[in-house]
Amino acid sequence: MSASKQIDRTGTPLVDMRDICISFGGVHAVDHVSVDLYPGEVVGLLGHNGAGKSTLIKILSGAYGKDSGDIYVNGEKVTINSPRDARAHNIETIYQTLALADNLDAASNLFLGRELVSSIGFVDDDAMEAETRKIMARLNPNFKKFKDPVSALSGGQRQSVAIARAVYFNARILIMDEPTAALGPHETQMVSELIQQLKADGIGIFLISHDIHDVMELCDRASVMKNGKLVGTVDVDDVTDDDLLGMIILGKHPSEA
Amino acid sequence: MTDTSQDTPQSAGAPTPPPAKGLMGRFLQATELDTRLLGMLGALALIWIGFHMYGALVNGFGAFLTPRNLWNLSVQTSSIGIMACGMVLVIVTRHIDLSVGSVLGFCAIVMGVTQVWFLPQLVGLEHWSIWIIAVIVGLITGTIVGAFHGYMIAYMQIPAFIVTLGGLLVWRGAAFLVARGETISPVDSTFRLLGGTPEGAVGATGSWIVGIIGVAVVVSLVFAGRKQREKHGFAQRPMWADSFIALISGAAVIGAVMLVNAYPWPRGVVRRYAEAEGITIPEGGLFISHGFAIPVLILLAVAIAMTLLMSRTRFGRYVYAIGGNPEAAALAGINTKWMTVKIFALMGFLTGLSASVASARLGSATNALGTLDELYVIAAAVIGGTSLAGGVGTIYGAILGAFVMQSLQTGMVLIGFDAAIQQVVVGSVLVLAVYLDNLYRRASK
Ligand SMILES: Nc1ncnc2c1ncn2[C@@H]1O[C@H](COP(=O)(O)OP(=O)(O)O)[C@@H](O)[C@H]1O
Ligand SMILES: [Mg+2]
Repeated sequence: MSASKQIDRTGTPLVDMRDICISFGGVHAVDHVSVDLYPGEVVGLLGHNGAGKSTLIKILSGAYGKDSGDIYVNGEKVTINSPRDARAHNIETIYQTLALADNLDAASNLFLGRELVSSIGFVDDDAMEAETRKIMARLNPNFKKFKDPVSALSGGQRQSVAIARAVYFNARILIMDEPTAALGPHETQMVSELIQQLKADGIGIFLISHDIHDVMELCDRASVMKNGKLVGTVDVDDVTDDDLLGMIILGKHPSEA
Repeated sequence: MTDTSQDTPQSAGAPTPPPAKGLMGRFLQATELDTRLLGMLGALALIWIGFHMYGALVNGFGAFLTPRNLWNLSVQTSSIGIMACGMVLVIVTRHIDLSVGSVLGFCAIVMGVTQVWFLPQLVGLEHWSIWIIAVIVGLITGTIVGAFHGYMIAYMQIPAFIVTLGGLLVWRGAAFLVARGETISPVDSTFRLLGGTPEGAVGATGSWIVGIIGVAVVVSLVFAGRKQREKHGFAQRPMWADSFIALISGAAVIGAVMLVNAYPWPRGVVRRYAEAEGITIPEGGLFISHGFAIPVLILLAVAIAMTLLMSRTRFGRYVYAIGGNPEAAALAGINTKWMTVKIFALMGFLTGLSASVASARLGSATNALGTLDELYVIAAAVIGGTSLAGGVGTIYGAILGAFVMQSLQTGMVLIGFDAAIQQVVVGSVLVLAVYLDNLYRRASK
């Protein structure tokens, strides 16, 4: 079912997060967690609400500063202090909240922080709209509301803007925080296809999901978190749905069983 | 991925919006005119005509729609209008600035002290450089005060309401302390021109030059827009709609020039001028046009610069993004704290500029200058459609809002309402305007 047999994990990983810790006022949201990701690989992050999944990936995307631990990108130790730093390492993120400015249109959101400018430094809205039309034609051909603020869009349309933003800038490392949570079955299927396509392009993906079925189908490996700690990382071909469920609920590694 | 709406699939090209119903609807759709802008222009026209008719019917003389009154109205609007442009950015980013009136007073006093107490001893009375140095000092003072407010709001995380409420008291008090409560006058005579006296206006020829440049810019903007759309293969507005917009805007500019040129200098000023220039005044008197007042041109320049800033630069884009979703803006790599400092610094800069205009107009600097201005400035921005919830607001709206406020004030003075009634009316209009705006927003959802 999964393509894990083809993943070559002998080289250097795209991303290697080692021994990451962060706490918020005494709450250890992420507690000595290590995860890694290889080119063309999809690693699922599983765990209950509040397990620390979003917080962990927000450290990678530059939204939070870690308390301790190291991040390696392509084998090199990097400092990520802001979303800009992460983007500079070709790390793109689709946030659980989508992180869209509701009052701006799709193109302004897609290029937010990376606007196309003309030779005199003015933002080039027409060029950005033209680019947005191109990428949307690929991701969501039905999308037509290019002039409206994204507040006027449906949940699926908003999601496609957030996904377009991550895909447009040639991500090498893609973080998807519950990308299908707001979607219907048909749209979810489209996201699955997109993930397969990006994977084939050699992009590494961290996929946060609640849905064990999704993870079993799309991911090569799964890392399970509970109460801020890493329960373990498993090859999805080596485990059953029930094994994963046990890790999530009981925090028990299948090898301990 | 795709959404499951019932729209028929279509290749990604120009979308064809559904045809609007009715003549007006089709007109609005073709011209893409902002209905809110039309609404505000309509409200302004209603106020102007209303006051004029009231004067004509009740007092036997309609004094509102005269070149003289409209010229004065434009001058009186300038000071509030300049600050309202900055307030748009502050409110769009979900902040507020209650201190602008006091900061204006403080800047005016600092400028007054500079040009009346210090500079004449240094370079001599009425030296050509005095007004320039005074204005620069005022701008720097305002910018520093604003940046300081912004720093406390962004980095010390004190709410803007509190920081600027404190500033309202602090800077008014500081203005008193700097000059020990004295009125500082007379200000430099060149500086006075910034306030818009008969001499502080650019005259008939100057106004025509401004007007012709204005028409040229409007027309070229419309056609540059067409070219741009063509380049990217977007749908064009119909040619007649673009021509209509170019024509109406051009006519408005020409109309404004003719209006300000139709207001002559008062006889006393003409006599003084003729004596100084050695001209003999002919039988019917000498008709010298005011033309655009300098403060109005300053407001115009500020409006253009701020509109460009808000709609064409990254800075402006980030202002709206922060207002729409501060968290999303930060996640997109925007330094929201530093943006807040810059926004408040800009507000301070414009307050310093406004202080130059207000104090030049008064011909002196007093520590009470600008009292209650914060309320008029906030009201102008809000009447002009700036949403206190953040994310929404335009420069032209704020300036129109300033015109609405000033028109009400001026109109009531003209027809002889006393100050108490003026306050009741202006206050009520503010509340009503926000209510109507809510209705409009809900209806257009
Ligand atoms: N900015 C923050 N301030 C305080 N606590 C936070 C913050 N972000 C996350 N947390 C806490 O960290 C824990 C992990 O949250 P999160 O990473 O969102 O979980 P998940 O995404 O796995 O559902 C929760 O207890 C949450 O309340
Ligand atoms: Mg989460």
